[in-house]
Amino acid sequence: MAIHEKNLIRPENIKTHDNLVIDGVDVSGHWSTFIESRVVTDYNEALEEEISALPGGEYIHRCWQCGSCTNSCTVNAVNPDFNPRYWIYLIRMGMEDELLRDKEIIWQCVSCNKCTYACPRDVAPEGVMKATAHWLELKGHTEASNSTIFDTEFTRQVVATGKIEDGRILKNFLKKSGQPLVQDWLIQMVSKMLKNMPFKFLFHLGWATLFAPKTKNWDKARSAIEEHIAEEKAEQRTALGLND
Amino acid sequence: MPSRKEKYKTVAYYPGCALEGTAQPYNTSTKAIAKELNLALNEIDNWNCCGAMEVKNIDPEIQTYLSSRVLSLAKHETKQDVVMAPCNGCYHNLKKAEYDLEHKQKSRDVVQKISKKAEHPAYEVGEVETIHALDWIKFGYGEEELKAKIKGGLKGLKVANYYGCMYTRPRHIFPEKDQGGDSESTSKPHYMDDLLEIAGAVNVDFAMKTACCGGAHTLSDSDMSTKLVLNILQAAEAAGAEVIATECPTCHSGLEMHQIRALKRLSKQTNVKVIYFTQLLGMAMGLGTREVGLHENVSDSVNFMYDKGIV
Repeated sequence: MAIHEKNLIRPENIKTHDNLVIDGVDVSGHWSTFIESRVVTDYNEALEEEISALPGGEYIHRCWQCGSCTNSCTVNAVNPDFNPRYWIYLIRMGMEDELLRDKEIIWQCVSCNKCTYACPRDVAPEGVMKATAHWLELKGHTEASNSTIFDTEFTRQVVATGKIEDGRILKNFLKKSGQPLVQDWLIQMVSKMLKNMPFKFLFHLGWATLFAPKTKNWDKARSAIEEHIAEEKAEQRTALGLND
Repeated sequence: MPSRKEKYKTVAYYPGCALEGTAQPYNTSTKAIAKELNLALNEIDNWNCCGAMEVKNIDPEIQTYLSSRVLSLAKHETKQDVVMAPCNGCYHNLKKAEYDLEHKQKSRDVVQKISKKAEHPAYEVGEVETIHALDWIKFGYGEEELKAKIKGGLKGLKVANYYGCMYTRPRHIFPEKDQGGDSESTSKPHYMDDLLEIAGAVNVDFAMKTACCGGAHTLSDSDMSTKLVLNILQAAEAAGAEVIATECPTCHSGLEMHQIRALKRLSKQTNVKVIYFTQLLGMAMGLGTREVGLHENVSDSVNFMYDKGIV
């Protein structure tokens, strides 16, 4: 008998035997298809608390699993494996190993906030996705994602000068994420800009490279911000039991 | 209570980083409209970045502080009660800061602490009202008055109005929306439709007004963004649109970049033009393509507007 909904069962848990006789009855081939039962023994009971301790994860305890988040999700429409409702379930149950199976895609949340808009319990699932992505990185389960590399470069510039300059962000991001600076789409965009406003564009590029835009008298704000971020980071590490 | 028309006639103007970088044509056209409509824009002196989504991801209270500094400057330096931000990201973040300061003790504590160290007055909830360029024109100038300003108009140009994510979501940071009457709708926003209809456009029935362009990851997860943008471009074309009108620098540059990228990487060509709504309004009032910075868009629509007889 064919197994319907086979997609819900992990391939490694489906067992068949080419030659199998049980109590004198030959059940070789697909007659002997078994689904190995899943036994979860390694609950991380602190998981929900850890995610709650990170910014955005504060309201995860409110979830009642209606699925409005996944139903409205922009990324889920492109990739059905991207499933906020399921991850919230796993986190609340403490099923860390299950969660880690999706560790490479959780950072892909685009922060469109459709989930937060739809959520009847004000869980703010967008925040939970961010908290979970940070948790994965802090715990060393994943490398820094492209999103984190971008956010870090952006924040570095804002904290240092009060403003950002997009050409510099683009250049530094491509470098830090190990991507070539020469991209086919970028070449076409630049050539279109050069066609329509060659002087202004080149002037802007040259100017921004030499003089990054700055907010005046920013030093005191900068040091207060740096101090606060450092304190927060230390608190987060403590909450995750990462202080050595 | 002064009417919105009185209140919005003179505003503190917060262009933000994008309008001084990739979104310069949005800045140019907003200023050109202000001049044309005799609305006063007092740019906030020595402003800083609103924190955007990126700083929020690193530390949400720092994003609140950065936005609160801008609000504090608008109040204490520019001496205005209203701050107008055309960029959806800035607009969203100032609104979010207002909400967080009203509802979260930690946000208040952090803003007080850093403002003190940075030696400027900490922003207090309710000191200024944050509005979008759409509110500014719709209520600060007035729709009836705008009708009288249209010269030539958009001549039935078919437009898909694209609002993006940050103008309406999450709902709780926009307490003035969804209040019935002439308030904005978060599920079916219509302010841009209203203004462009007055300007002579035919607004197509566009289902993806508040869809996401993947702007948060436009560079860090480009393949995802290209798919999301392509969907928006194709839906606009299927609805009969010749132009997608934008009100957000992130959306606008995302649509332009991934229109090219979709052709390069997925061999999917779309021809719909991407134009800021302020550029369209300006041209409908009789301003030239240079005055609204149309030649600075990557999406090349200068000849198209001439062919249409709009400029």
